Amino acid sequence: MGDASRSMLARARSEIREWRPLEAEQQIAQDGELVVVDVREQHEWNDGHLPAALHVPRGFLELQIEEKVPDKTAPVLLYCAGGVRSLLAGQTLQQMGYRNVISMAGGYGAWTAAGLPTETPLRLSDAQRRRYSRHLLVPEVGEAGQAKLLQARVLLIGAGGLGSPAAYYLAAAGVGTLGLIDADVVDETNLQRQILHNTSRIGKPKVASAKETLSALNPDITVNAIEDRLTKANVLDLISQYDVILDGTDNFPTRYLLNDASIIANKPVVHGSVFRFEGQVTVFKPFEGPCYRCLFPAPPPPELAPNCAEAGVLGVLPGTVGLLQATEVIKLLLGIGEPLVGRLLMYDALAEEFNELRLFRRPDCPACGEHAHPEDLPTYEDVCAV
Amino acid sequence: MATLRIPPVLRPSVGGAKSVTAQGTTLGAALDDFFRRYSAVREQIIAADGSISNFVNVFVDDQDVRYLQGLATPLAPDATITLLPAMAGGES
Ligand SMILES: [Zn+2]
Repeated sequence: MGDASRSMLARARSEIREWRPLEAEQQIAQDGELVVVDVREQHEWNDGHLPAALHVPRGFLELQIEEKVPDKTAPVLLYCAGGVRSLLAGQTLQQMGYRNVISMAGGYGAWTAAGLPTETPLRLSDAQRRRYSRHLLVPEVGEAGQAKLLQARVLLIGAGGLGSPAAYYLAAAGVGTLGLIDADVVDETNLQRQILHNTSRIGKPKVASAKETLSALNPDITVNAIEDRLTKANVLDLISQYDVILDGTDNFPTRYLLNDASIIANKPVVHGSVFRFEGQVTVFKPFEGPCYRCLFPAPPPPELAPNCAEAGVLGVLPGTVGLLQATEVIKLLLGIGEPLVGRLLMYDALAEEFNELRLFRRPDCPACGEHAHPEDLPTYEDVCAV
Repeated sequence: MATLRIPPVLRPSVGGAKSVTAQGTTLGAALDDFFRRYSAVREQIIAADGSISNFVNVFVDDQDVRYLQGLATPLAPDATITLLPAMAGGES
């Protein structure tokens, strides 16, 4: 360090308050207003940083700080690796009008030496940066959003018409763990719409076929193939391992089983159904919007149940509906946009028309109402299975 | 004249129509007009005690009539009534 640097530093020290790491940690715990800003370079940040710190590299300080810390009266704790750059950065902030600037003496080095907690951000590899580059360019996703997706876990009930397009795009998007539960094998009649499977896989378990397709598309993700039915015995254990559930089932017993368990486990369910040329999508988010039982407290008796015969479906329709579901999943995982909570979206492919109905929570809902006991609700036999 | 949207599962009972029109200044009156022509649908919509069945949700425009005035909900001349029965119709 030359004489000029030394005198600049001495001057900065006389103008900027300093805290040792232990004092800084106390202040962070006590003062909810305190903003912690890491002024180091990207590669230093990537190796670990203080929990809840903002990252504004010193080279971008003047350009970015007002956007990230608009309140110039808020206390701002700056730190770098050793406590020098943060002192100089503190002078810059003072010149910009920040009135309560503190620098952490000894910097990140002293913080870790004191054994204080740190966080290491999930780092995208170069290959991930390339693969997800179109996500990184979208501000609402960006690197942090992509990291969230890579750490997210989504369970798809059914690897069929709705599960196929949804899983395909969620895998492409880099949702890190996809669980697929389905007990069926691939049948020739599935291939008109269930695009995860193909002719050579007829007779193979659907979840194995799905895993093969999804892993080939994106080896970066984990696919849990669960060759089973959703039952009262496995539902809670299964859904509690995931963040969001995508419901692509076709029968009342599973819908109610999943609904009641999702209330207990507090997991959002993205619901979809299709029939010939029409489809429906909604998000059942426990305690924020209605659940399936708010709409239908119990399944209809057989004499009122809709016709159980194979209804037929336009092959592309589950593609449209499954992707609407996948879109809702991504929005829930990233916390962006307006999810379809309390809104039922109805799609008519022939009219090429979308309509929306408003759905409300029933205060007396047997699953999510005020005095509800979702754990005590009955399960049902499939009225169509007989 | 209100428009009544018929869900796919009930269409066989109304000759396949996707929607029909119905006369009435309240939901109940419009449904009665509808049932006069298609009596087979009544038991799917109305419970034994005369109220709306628990197995179907009825909307006037985008609002659930359970949170309006039920069958007494007044209808604007261009109202749309939507019947939403429980539908297993998924896609395994
Ligand atoms: Zn409910």
